[in-house]
Amino acid sequence: MTSGGTEAGTLTTTAEPGTVPLALEVEHISASYGPYRALFDVTFSVPAGGITALIGSNGAGKSTVSRVVTGLLPSTSGSVRLNGRDITGLPAYKIARAGTAHVPEGRGVFGSLTVEENLKLVFRQRGGRRCVPDALVRAYDAFPVLGERRRQNGGTLSGGEQRMLSLAKVLVLPPSLLVADEISLGLAPVVIDVVYDGLRKINEAGTAVMVVEQQVDRVLDLAGTAVVLEHGSVAYDGPSDGALAAVERVLTARGEDPAEDLSLLSPADEAGPAGRPSGQRRRPWSRGRGGRQGAGESTGSPESTTPPG
Amino acid sequence: MGFALPGIPFGCTYAMVAVALVLTYQATGVFNFAFGAQAYVSAFIFTLLVQNEHMSVLLAFVLSVLLLAPALGLIFDRYLFRKIPNSNTTAKLVTGITLFVGIPALLPVIFGSNNQYNPPSILFNPDNVYFRVLGTPINGISLSTVVVTAVVLLGLVILMRLTPLGLQMRGAVESRRLVQLDGVNSGRVVAVAWAVSSLMAGLAGVLLAPLYAQLQAEDYATLVVAAFAAAAWAVLRSMPIAAVVGILMGVADTVLQGYLPASSVWSSAALTSLPFIVLVAALLLVPGLRKLGEATDPLASIDPPTPPTTAALRAPQMDRIIRIGWYILLAAFIVSMLTWIPKVWENVFNAGLCFSVVFLSITLITGMGGQLSLCQAMLAGVGAFTAAQLANHLGLSLLVGGIVGAVAAGLVAVVLAVASLRLRGLGLALMTIAAALFFDSAVFPQLSTANGSPISVQSKWVGLGLLNPNGHAFFVLAMVVLVVCVLGVLLIRQGTTGRYLAAMRGSETAAAGLGINLTWQRVLIFGLSGVVAGVGGTLLTIQQQSVSAEAFNYQLSLAFVVIVVTTGVSTVEGAINAGFGFVVIQQLLTYLPSRFGGNSLVFVLFAFGAFTYASHPEGILEFQKRRWTQRMERLVFHTGDPPPGPGPSLAGALGGGQGHRAPDAASHAVVAVEPAVTDRG
Amino acid sequence: MADPGPLLAVDGVSKIFGGITAVESVCFEVEAGESVGLVGPNGAGKTTLFNCICGQLQPERGSIILDGHQLLGTPTYKRARLGIGRTYQRVEVFPDMTVREHLLVADRARLRQGRLWKDLLNRSAPTPEENARVDAVLDMVGIADRGDAPVSSLGLGSCRLVELARALVGEPVLLLADEPSSGLDVHETHELSEVLRKLQRERGMAVLLVEHDLGMVGSVVDRTIVMNLGAVIAQGTFDDVMADPAVRQAYLGVSA
Repeated sequence: MTSGGTEAGTLTTTAEPGTVPLALEVEHISASYGPYRALFDVTFSVPAGGITALIGSNGAGKSTVSRVVTGLLPSTSGSVRLNGRDITGLPAYKIARAGTAHVPEGRGVFGSLTVEENLKLVFRQRGGRRCVPDALVRAYDAFPVLGERRRQNGGTLSGGEQRMLSLAKVLVLPPSLLVADEISLGLAPVVIDVVYDGLRKINEAGTAVMVVEQQVDRVLDLAGTAVVLEHGSVAYDGPSDGALAAVERVLTARGEDPAEDLSLLSPADEAGPAGRPSGQRRRPWSRGRGGRQGAGESTGSPESTTPPG
Repeated sequence: MGFALPGIPFGCTYAMVAVALVLTYQATGVFNFAFGAQAYVSAFIFTLLVQNEHMSVLLAFVLSVLLLAPALGLIFDRYLFRKIPNSNTTAKLVTGITLFVGIPALLPVIFGSNNQYNPPSILFNPDNVYFRVLGTPINGISLSTVVVTAVVLLGLVILMRLTPLGLQMRGAVESRRLVQLDGVNSGRVVAVAWAVSSLMAGLAGVLLAPLYAQLQAEDYATLVVAAFAAAAWAVLRSMPIAAVVGILMGVADTVLQGYLPASSVWSSAALTSLPFIVLVAALLLVPGLRKLGEATDPLASIDPPTPPTTAALRAPQMDRIIRIGWYILLAAFIVSMLTWIPKVWENVFNAGLCFSVVFLSITLITGMGGQLSLCQAMLAGVGAFTAAQLANHLGLSLLVGGIVGAVAAGLVAVVLAVASLRLRGLGLALMTIAAALFFDSAVFPQLSTANGSPISVQSKWVGLGLLNPNGHAFFVLAMVVLVVCVLGVLLIRQGTTGRYLAAMRGSETAAAGLGINLTWQRVLIFGLSGVVAGVGGTLLTIQQQSVSAEAFNYQLSLAFVVIVVTTGVSTVEGAINAGFGFVVIQQLLTYLPSRFGGNSLVFVLFAFGAFTYASHPEGILEFQKRRWTQRMERLVFHTGDPPPGPGPSLAGALGGGQGHRAPDAASHAVVAVEPAVTDRG
Repeated sequence: MADPGPLLAVDGVSKIFGGITAVESVCFEVEAGESVGLVGPNGAGKTTLFNCICGQLQPERGSIILDGHQLLGTPTYKRARLGIGRTYQRVEVFPDMTVREHLLVADRARLRQGRLWKDLLNRSAPTPEENARVDAVLDMVGIADRGDAPVSSLGLGSCRLVELARALVGEPVLLLADEPSSGLDVHETHELSEVLRKLQRERGMAVLLVEHDLGMVGSVVDRTIVMNLGAVIAQGTFDDVMADPAVRQAYLGVSA
């Protein structure tokens, strides 16, 4: 499979009509950090050219899943397939070369290298010597602020600028799968707009995207399918419409009051739970849920719910 | 001017090594303490091949520099440094020091103790004068040094700044994982970095060999430490600056030599200590060195967290049993020493007691203070020499002088602490080494006898029949002193001071934010460590009945670190094991044929233990003991499975979205649990 | 009676890092017992400002006065003893200790009871009064059940609560909380907000809260300050500030 820019909806496939080609298939994956197990038999998939949200509470294992997918963390069992090719157990650089990109949580850029060096490193590696000048121009076009800071060290960029740098790499040389890990963490809402816009553009160019997020409203707007993780296992895997209900079920199963917690999630619930003035709970910054966006919106696999871990 | 010019080729020796050190740091992220050892190995093999095996110079060069040196580097990378996560700077430091101590100790074991003389030159004939510049003769050695330095500098700068490989190396140094996400094979890049840097070491070794009439590891070590100074001024970042400073140091050296009277005692002291003064100046004045070695790997959270302490998890009954066991052992030991143990072994154990006191000082500064100090032998020496001088000149009893000496050592440590207030990690370690070298080269020789031989302890210096070979007076003294020190350390650790220090080890920022005066605590623990080391030094003086600079030199300081890191740096047991292990093994080795390099083997043995430091920061010995204890626990008390480790939430705690700074392994009293895979039911 | 003045007065504070102005002439006040939210995009200078108040950084200009004491020029540990408690953006717990030990050492440090000679005479064991104070704080923060757990076995949410408890045991007059909900999920954030509200009611402690979770800010603070690019761009009640056009443009994104 190439990492070129296929247009949404025109994927060529030799699969039988009716089945959707999958960019990523994760099957029965378990993983540990040293002696501490983090994932238990996780199975889900990301359709080619689609966007999948991976949500769940803190410690549920979302970042662990991203790390296993891109090879930063070895799995202890199960398999991972990228565009049909088995990449289980491959070192991270081989998986990257096979067509993945990973925007890790936290600072995903080299603090000790300049912005330009950060870009040159990946462009030279992925595209070869000749593509570098052109690629730099395209990167600075897409994110002019990077052009302004090209000689600054990556460590001096703000959080939002660092995410933009990570996205620039992906935009210019699109892979078949992008894993974005808590990309909106710590960013101002106005910057999150820019970042999500970038994700949309990347997806429109044909890249499948797996977005790991803690804040669920935006990502569910963007994604076609969603996977909910709880305590290292899959609690829900299906269209993003059903994700909120799944989260609610998970919270109930945990013994927490979903109404109280979810009111922080859904801006539509202006009234808030009893006893709290709505003014304090309103989130004026959310853009409202204006329908699902993003190319590659898949008809998805039939809604499947696995009971919480 | 006439003095300055010959200084340039001399300075180039510093420059070449300094540039290579900077390259190593930039390309591998490791401050290579073992550089000198690697250089020595290549020089040694080269000379061996040419002189003993009568190989051609060219072939010997190819084998020892182009093949052996990079091979050595690849081995270091693959089996040692790759296992250490980017962020664990202490482990990198400790491993480097272990190589520094272990490799020169290994060679005599392999090749026998024959030294090599008159090593051959590879490029130009060292004795020929090729031409003159401004009246100064330029001979072969100078020419080859300058030429090679220039070529190397140019080549390496091009590599690191202009080639894609150099960029990949710099990225890999910051984060091996992040660079993989860009599709770069970080393993290969780092391996190449090690190969190149080791090649430089081999080249430097062989090139500079003709400078020395007799090939000795110490000469390379001293050269390298001097080059540290130049590299430090370059903040370990700029190769051209390192080269320039190195050359300036060489020039300053020859100029000083020209102007200072040759016979003055001060001039030789000043000259030998010049590089260390330059190093100290760099550490004090260059702001970039303060954060040296503080890794910023953004993906550090993926490394498995260090296991928690199990001291709290050990069953109280087991605790009691172990404590009773120690008391029984102690009683048995005392009784045996007073009765049936033969004289030879009594001396050995007495020495063990003295060394244990010195190692306790390391427990204080490194185990509790969380700072790696590479000058503890020097502090012991301060105590010893002070006491000896007071006895010699004022007729003061060594026991009284010992107390004064301990205070003196404490003061030296305090001065060191105050000078290093802003330094951490690598910077602090370099400061302590600079101090140790300074004392070695400038202070201790002045305090020894005129021809440098050891001062012997005269019987009138100590009363109480301490020197009587047939009595046990010294044993009693040493035992009492050790017990007092042990009690002191334990009380401090469980008291408020110990808790403040534990907080500082955990997070200096948070500790200061609670109202803990970091400066005072650091100075305090350094001072206490100095006092204890000084006491140990005086005890050693009485036991050995002499005091000499060799007994407290900087190599010993480094060796002490290697030893105690194996036995356990944060426990009193570790210190005692280190003290006794050191002397007992040395004694046992005397029963082996001397072909096995005599004393050096003890360092090799401990080095093997120290190599496990990255995975067992609590000490491999301590780890084995805990495992054994837990097995006994299960056996005796039938407690079920080993205590469960932290749940999956731990991964979230340390990895969750914040890039939490991975804990620096040395600063924890960490004990490994038997890996317990906790399955959710 | 003369007005005692604000508890914390930040006046014209500027901090420059090698050419980049991180904080520019920031002025604001915090009254005793008031809780103030400090929001703004990453890189706005919020943590830098905190570091200036606590002493990790020295501002180039300006003054910071706490309860009548000029803080600039005072080392960090002295400022802590004046009554500042702090939690950190990246949780800074002491990995070797249990939760209780954290609080004990914080209590000791505040009261400055530690003395070397006391250690050597073995008179440094925790007293019943200390244990009682620690228990009270553990209860208040809601982690009494985890009191003897080693902190390395706790998840991030619990660690943040431990940090909070540790800051509180010193009975600070001003609590600086730096993104305490960062990395926490919805439920844990909820817990944390509850604790902060309770503390305000029961202790009358002033709180300066840096947060990205605007829901939490809105439900906890009395007043909000918005920073962008190192300068204060709005101050006022939460609703006013969120409706401010400058804030909408710089931070929230212009919406219909």
